[in-house]
Amino acid sequence: MLKIQKYTCAQSLDEAYAALVKNPKNCIIGGMIWLKMEDKVVPEAIDLSGLGLDQIEEEEDCFKIGAMVTLRELELHDRLNKATGNVIHDAVKDIVGVQLRNLATIGGSVFSRFGFSDVLCALMCLDASVQLYHAGEMSIQEFSKSNIQRDIITHITIKKNDWKSAFMCLRRSATDISVLNVAVSKSDQYHICVGARPGVAVRYVVEIDDIDKVASIIQDKVICGSNMRGSKEYRSHLVKILTMRALRKVESQDAGTN
Amino acid sequence: MLVQIKVNGKLIKEDVSCDLLLIDFLRNHGCYSVKRGCETSNCGLCTVWMNEKPVLSCSILAIRANNHSITTLEGLQKEAKIFADFMANEGAEQCGFCSPGLIMNVLAMEKELKNPSEEEIKNYLAGNLCRCTGYMAQMRAITKYLNRGA
Ligand SMILES: Cc1cc2nc3c(=O)[nH]c(=O)nc-3n(C[C@H](O)[C@H](O)[C@H](O)COP(=O)(O)OP(=O)(O)OC[C@H]3O[C@@H](n4cnc5c(N)ncnc54)[C@H](O)[C@@H]3O)c2cc1C
Ligand code: FES
Ligand code: FES
Repeated sequence: MLKIQKYTCAQSLDEAYAALVKNPKNCIIGGMIWLKMEDKVVPEAIDLSGLGLDQIEEEEDCFKIGAMVTLRELELHDRLNKATGNVIHDAVKDIVGVQLRNLATIGGSVFSRFGFSDVLCALMCLDASVQLYHAGEMSIQEFSKSNIQRDIITHITIKKNDWKSAFMCLRRSATDISVLNVAVSKSDQYHICVGARPGVAVRYVVEIDDIDKVASIIQDKVICGSNMRGSKEYRSHLVKILTMRALRKVESQDAGTN
Repeated sequence: MLVQIKVNGKLIKEDVSCDLLLIDFLRNHGCYSVKRGCETSNCGLCTVWMNEKPVLSCSILAIRANNHSITTLEGLQKEAKIFADFMANEGAEQCGFCSPGLIMNVLAMEKELKNPSEEEIKNYLAGNLCRCTGYMAQMRAITKYLNRGA
């Protein structure tokens, strides 16, 4: 059970960061969906909801998404989804239910770096970057491999790039987490991301001549493992199938058939 | 911490502990329709509205509801009764334990989606689990309810 001894509604990012680094057990509260299942005592919980980080701002060349934007807000943001080929919408729409998505935030989803994360996989294929209060800006791949624990995500940025994209996943039941997820995007190159391997998502940048051949190459490259949701062999098979389907969907968008 | 939360139109001011969950705050104030099913954010039984949007009251702190307005089934008796009649007519509940959360989310869906397709209804209600009915009778009741004016 989560026990919180002190709750601070931060008035500024400086205040939030100072409180975070004061004690290694202090933590930022996002949507709290994951945190509340943890069995720990938090001396000071830091709430960012008064800092205006709940906006999706469209700029000339990018979308700047505040860390407190909910998954439901991402799902429903027409301009963002149009500009990114709907990959974010498709990645979040099956995450449990509307009620959960009205609470879970993009900041909490990215910071957690869950292997199963559909959100991380989709953002990675869009070359998103993470803005951290202390460490500054870095690519989402770099962040996903890092072990940064004492920092605050303020924004996620997605560059406009005439994205065509697709998201595919397989779940054992409708609201379970993915056995495997694949996100593909195309701007000048193809980005193929595979997550829930069950390890955290990995990205490959490829040229496409033959879809089947590329899917086989990705299958050979991606390292899969086994857990209660699926075996290594099953996942490896899914890598090829879901990559093929995602590539076909992107190609069909490119040909204007979708 | 002192909070001011409007619950079903009535302003409550109270000093609450920082880790009090909204579900417990609401039950302490007599909203017994709000129940725990799973506590892992999966079942939707604890659904309430915060500023008219459905959220899981088991997964949010009461402090987060400070200066916001919360609606529970107790505050939607008239609307709920109309839908409940459709549920009864279709035999859409057995033990009935999941009903408060389902009704809250169906009423939220009705406000948010215009003429939803079957697929959209299923997606919207995916976070409301029922262990008894198999969902078919619920779907019939929901479809008839949404089409009642037609
Ligand atoms: C039952 C269930 C099913 C789920 N299914 C899926 C699924 O299918 N696919 C999927 O992708 N995800 C899934 N998730 C994960 C969910 O979508 C969120 O990613 C997760 O709940 C974290 O988001 P949050 O806002 O609730 O973060 P919190 O629980 O508030 O925080 C999570 C961690 O991030 C830290 N944190 C939060 N915000 C920030 C910030 N701005 N800066 C720095 N640190 C921060 C917190 O301190 C904490 O360590 C599921 C979660 C649950 C509970
Ligand atoms: S008790 Fe809240 S989702 Fe199950
Ligand atoms: S009627 Fe029993 S859980 Fe739904």
